[in-house]
Amino acid sequence: MKMSGAKAIVECLLEQGVDTVFGYPGGMILPLYDALHDTTALRHVLTVHEQGAAHAADGYARASGRVGVCIATSGPGATNLVTGLATAYMDSVPVVAITGQVPTDVIGQDAFQEIDIVGMTMAVTKHNFQVKDVNKLPEVIRYAFRIARSGRPGPVLVDVPRNVQTAKIDFYNLSPQCEGEWHLGAGSINLIDEAVKAIKEAEQPAIIIGGGVINAEAHNEIKSLAEHLHMPVVSTLMGLGGFPGSHPLFLGMTGLHGHKAANNVIHNADTILAIGCRFSDRVTGDREQYGAQKTVIHIDVDPAEIDKNVMAHIGIAGDLKKILIMLNERAAAKDFTNWWEVIRAWQTDLEIEVDESRLNAPLVMQNIVEQTKGIDTIFVTDVGQHQMWAAQYLKIEKPRTWLTSGGLGTMGFGLPAAMGAQFAMPDKKVIHFAGDGGMKMTGNELYTIAANCLPIISIIINNQGLGMIRQLQHAFYNKRYTACILPSKVDFTMYAKSFGIHGVNVDTLAEFKTAFRRALQSKQPEVIVVNIASENLVTPMMLPGASLDDYVDL
Amino acid sequence: MKQVLSVLVQNQPGVLVRVASMFSRRGFNIDSLAVGVTQDPDYSRITAVVCGDQATVDQVIKQLDKIVEVVAIQNLSHTSSVTRGLALLKVRANERRTEVLKLAEVFRANVVDIQENSLTLEVNGDDEKINALAELLMPFGLLEMIRTGLIGLTRGDNTIYKCEEIDEND
Ligand SMILES: Cc1ncc(C[n+]2csc(CCOP(=O)(O)OP(=O)(O)O)c2C)c(N)n1
Repeated sequence: MKMSGAKAIVECLLEQGVDTVFGYPGGMILPLYDALHDTTALRHVLTVHEQGAAHAADGYARASGRVGVCIATSGPGATNLVTGLATAYMDSVPVVAITGQVPTDVIGQDAFQEIDIVGMTMAVTKHNFQVKDVNKLPEVIRYAFRIARSGRPGPVLVDVPRNVQTAKIDFYNLSPQCEGEWHLGAGSINLIDEAVKAIKEAEQPAIIIGGGVINAEAHNEIKSLAEHLHMPVVSTLMGLGGFPGSHPLFLGMTGLHGHKAANNVIHNADTILAIGCRFSDRVTGDREQYGAQKTVIHIDVDPAEIDKNVMAHIGIAGDLKKILIMLNERAAAKDFTNWWEVIRAWQTDLEIEVDESRLNAPLVMQNIVEQTKGIDTIFVTDVGQHQMWAAQYLKIEKPRTWLTSGGLGTMGFGLPAAMGAQFAMPDKKVIHFAGDGGMKMTGNELYTIAANCLPIISIIINNQGLGMIRQLQHAFYNKRYTACILPSKVDFTMYAKSFGIHGVNVDTLAEFKTAFRRALQSKQPEVIVVNIASENLVTPMMLPGASLDDYVDL
Repeated sequence: MKQVLSVLVQNQPGVLVRVASMFSRRGFNIDSLAVGVTQDPDYSRITAVVCGDQATVDQVIKQLDKIVEVVAIQNLSHTSSVTRGLALLKVRANERRTEVLKLAEVFRANVVDIQENSLTLEVNGDDEKINALAELLMPFGLLEMIRTGLIGLTRGDNTIYKCEEIDEND
């Protein structure tokens, strides 16, 4: 069929099963917007800002496992996507971004709103393209989706000059190609046998899971393996939900603000089985010490992660599911009773006592766990103290129900990502957390939420400051608080009200309980502002770059 | 330690930038980078001389492998191979001209330009040979020197295309 390049893009998106795209128009992408006009099967969500569109596409992808799509115009539209793409890149999220570009005959002449977005995003995308020949457009869009999804997922950008969008081509539909299946080779099977042997020799083993488990949807395989071998499981920030949060084998989050019991388990383990995690510096602290005196078995989809940060004794690269299934078949259960006795003692001795004298974030999180029992929820956070409190106290039971910016730690991620998640999962209750700092960064997306009547509950942990910065200055800069105090010049409930969204301030746990119970019933967007003391600190806190048992005295 | 990597890439616009920026972004040190088209115009070959311990070079190879346009990678240092670079050296040469020409002969360098006060030599070979000649020419007054990155091929009928086949079976 003869059609314009723009129409062909739309056809390709439909081929890929895309139902929602997030974007913002501008001159160089208008042909695509014109083609969207007649397409009822594709919902376009107009965000407030392109950053919002990128995070929303990311949230959509994290919540659903499908590829998220965002669209922006050339120049400033494209540059506004960059933080969102970088966020998706660092957390391996499949996103396809389509940007408009100035016509091919003026590229390189500093035309109005021309920017080399391909050059600019090379470092923050898995791959990117500029399409100069309309005949290549369909194959590039299809390839972009394949790259975004396959292996270790990631964002892909396709830059399309305006004249390529308007040029005509003969278009033929093509159903999406299935990925060639990955097979365990002889080399991998040998390595699995080595891993089996290492586990057999272990006295104090532990499993550490990362975000790769969620991407690979290998949560059931991990659960079977852990239950079969009766091994303790800890998770990185990104892996939360990859193992049921209330499972007796689960010890919580490990890393900088991890649970002490979880960190102790890794620190004292003689063998660790790291699955789908990349040993980020926030997880390992001192990397030399981290892997010392233990056998490290590392399984990841990306071969480049093996031996990148921590040297593995046994490194297996490939499809997590297949590897885990074979490992589970071959590994024999063993009695780790002694090890478990030690672990259980840590769990009771090192439990953090939550201060109940005043409203604080841990109390709020604990209450949310209680009130959301039996409800299908997705928790989305921004970045800062509230993120860590949420990670520590919410019990994340299922994969794709904990969305957080881990690798890049992008403030402003939360609200637009929550929006994307709600579009992807209309039947789930999306609960968003932000600090009063991050909420000011992308809070205007409340407008999009209101316009689309998304029943998201936004919980703003208001400590009148950039809490995490304050905490760092408290711990490492002699309490010289600089640029972290946010005077209460905004009432977030009135801010919400300006979008027609109901908001409430709470100052006590009782008030929170009532407000949250009410919000859970609501079919409308809701904002709850939780006012807490600005002095509250996230504990425990490891000394950055130190070993896993070295904590800051707060 | 230096190792020579030969990389077969699809000849797409920007592929050299992609490879080069990966090196700089990840803090890998490279001595030289040479790129040119192959017998098939759809493919180019990049030869990179990488400095670092074995773990670093292994990581370089894995990171290269993640670049979409990279088709195959061969470590020339791990197989028997020939590597060559080309250098042009402009030397001051008036009264000691014959000495310079003698040296050129020993190194099988060609004289490509000769003037009253200078002459320019062209020499090819591996890094060591070029370095040796440059050092010997220094006392005469080495006015300028320019060299290409190293390129190389394995000896025998082994080719990079065989690496590609192995890759696909894995
Ligand atoms: C875009 C961006 N800028 C700066 C930072 C550095 N940073 C990390 S946490 C934080 C403070 C966050 O404050 P707030 O949003 O109020 O959350 P809180 O820590 O108080 O829970 C800052 C500024 C960041 N992570 N992202």
